[in-house]
Amino acid sequence: MIEADGLQKRYGDTQALAGVSFAVPAGSVLGLLGPNGAGKTTAVRILTTLAVPDAGHARVDGIDVATDPLAVRRRIGVAAQDATLDGLLTGRQNLVLVGELSGLSRAYSRDRADELLEQFELTDAADRVVKGYSGGMRRRLDLAASLLTRPPILFLDEPTTGLDPTSRLRVWAAIRELIASGVTLLLTTQYLDEADALADRIVVVDHGRVIANGSPAELKRQSHNARLEVTLTDHHDGAAAAIRALVSGPITETNGGRHLSAGVDAAPGLATEIVRALDQAGIRVDDIAVRQPSLDDVFFALTGEHVEDETITEMEEVAS
Amino acid sequence: MTAIAAPATSAPRRSSHHLSDVWAMTRRNLVHISREPMQLSDVTIQPVLFTVLFVYIFGGGIPIPGGASYKDFVLAGLLTLNLTTSSMGTAVGLSTDLHEGVIDRFRTLPMWRSAVLVGRSVADLMTASLCALIVALTGLAVGWRPDSNPASVLAGFALVLFFAYSLSWLSACVGLNSNSPESAASFGFLVLFPLSFVSNAMVPTQHMPGWLQAIADWNPVSAVTAAARDLFGNPNPSSTINAWPMQHPVEAAIIWSAVILAIAAPLASHFFRLRTTD
Repeated sequence: MIEADGLQKRYGDTQALAGVSFAVPAGSVLGLLGPNGAGKTTAVRILTTLAVPDAGHARVDGIDVATDPLAVRRRIGVAAQDATLDGLLTGRQNLVLVGELSGLSRAYSRDRADELLEQFELTDAADRVVKGYSGGMRRRLDLAASLLTRPPILFLDEPTTGLDPTSRLRVWAAIRELIASGVTLLLTTQYLDEADALADRIVVVDHGRVIANGSPAELKRQSHNARLEVTLTDHHDGAAAAIRALVSGPITETNGGRHLSAGVDAAPGLATEIVRALDQAGIRVDDIAVRQPSLDDVFFALTGEHVEDETITEMEEVAS
Repeated sequence: MTAIAAPATSAPRRSSHHLSDVWAMTRRNLVHISREPMQLSDVTIQPVLFTVLFVYIFGGGIPIPGGASYKDFVLAGLLTLNLTTSSMGTAVGLSTDLHEGVIDRFRTLPMWRSAVLVGRSVADLMTASLCALIVALTGLAVGWRPDSNPASVLAGFALVLFFAYSLSWLSACVGLNSNSPESAASFGFLVLFPLSFVSNAMVPTQHMPGWLQAIADWNPVSAVTAAARDLFGNPNPSSTINAWPMQHPVEAAIIWSAVILAIAAPLASHFFRLRTTD
């Protein structure tokens, strides 16, 4: 269980957090989603004992982070945004050092390091100095370091930012394995699809505030901009009238009146209702689809800002 | 739960943390040195260079009261000079650490926080010992000879290393307050070089102007150098000076080192907490 309760933090003139609350029940995955500078990293730094909040409380496994940071450190694994590795040590030496400083014996740390190097496909690079690792390798080693003590509670701060698409998928696969093993995970990301793909619940933060909190599906519903696409077998004059009550906003007819499109409130069973209404009016349907909004639509609806463009540019820069 | 999520307590833990944390950090710093051996030049090449420079170039022009050999006079001085100046390595190393993300990793581990500092100081004591060995060997090669029993000679080296260890904590305070490794290095240079040279290490203080001689005679570097000269059985012209540290150099050297350590070590821990709290 991870709990943030009214966290506030100011750095100079910047109010990094202006009262952020959320909870991650044991064994679940929370995606903390927001653009650069939203306050995600500050929240993680407070929860992982690296920063002290100006107000509010942070608890990990029921332990207040401010009162007993050492007990919190015994329970958590952290992979920070900037890979926190020693560039002059080899991958293996980094992992063994983390194990020893966590209070594990050297022999045990070595075995565990071997296991993790294998799991993260770093065995070949294990005895090379980390300074020469690629970005993706560093991230995987950092992730491995955060798992060394088999912590039941994990914090991953933007685990795939700056990675090329292939490395990103490899990190995702590793995270999915962790999730399957039952850890409690707080994951921050500026990638909307990442939160959608990995998290049970999403908390959207912007300018140090929580602006939305819910399951990926709930958030999509909140955006009110799903679209209905209907293709009729033949043009029918009464089609628009038949579905008018079920949609919101104007109905666009294209393809000689055979194709109808309109904004809808995405809700379970909507497609069935549309088909039934058209059927009762004696209109035959070839194809029907309710296109769910993307999380980018959600973010735009909540903040009036697009994030994905920036994200895509970043990804392209990395890939090229 | 499966293997990955098993509780942390399932892993075997050691009982005594502090010592093993320090040893782990010490080994980390030693690995750093092995990766960049040029970092060691100030404890390997510099002592050889200084010894040759002082013995063959300046030695002929510096008379020692009582007509003793400059080689026998200067070795203890070279020892303190090299160890004093190389203690700035602690400042540079810590300042470098603070700019690496790995410090954040250490801070999320259930380790003894001060192990970062103590581990650094122990590694620096090891390189200082290497430096002392190189000074001694170079000295023997150019003709320096101690003239006392082996235990006394060893005590001389131990005393200088104790002083170097306490200075490395002073240096840590500087490093923890520097914005960059470069500024840590330049500050160390500006303080440690005058400290080493305004002393009896390279020349007898008798020829200095009165006010400078007063500073030199109370300089901890002078006390340590004079103590080493006495313990090595080498000529120590400072013994005729009336200042208390020059009359009791061993006691003065121990007091200076202990006082510096007692002040600088807690201060460094305090600065480290400040630097790593946000």
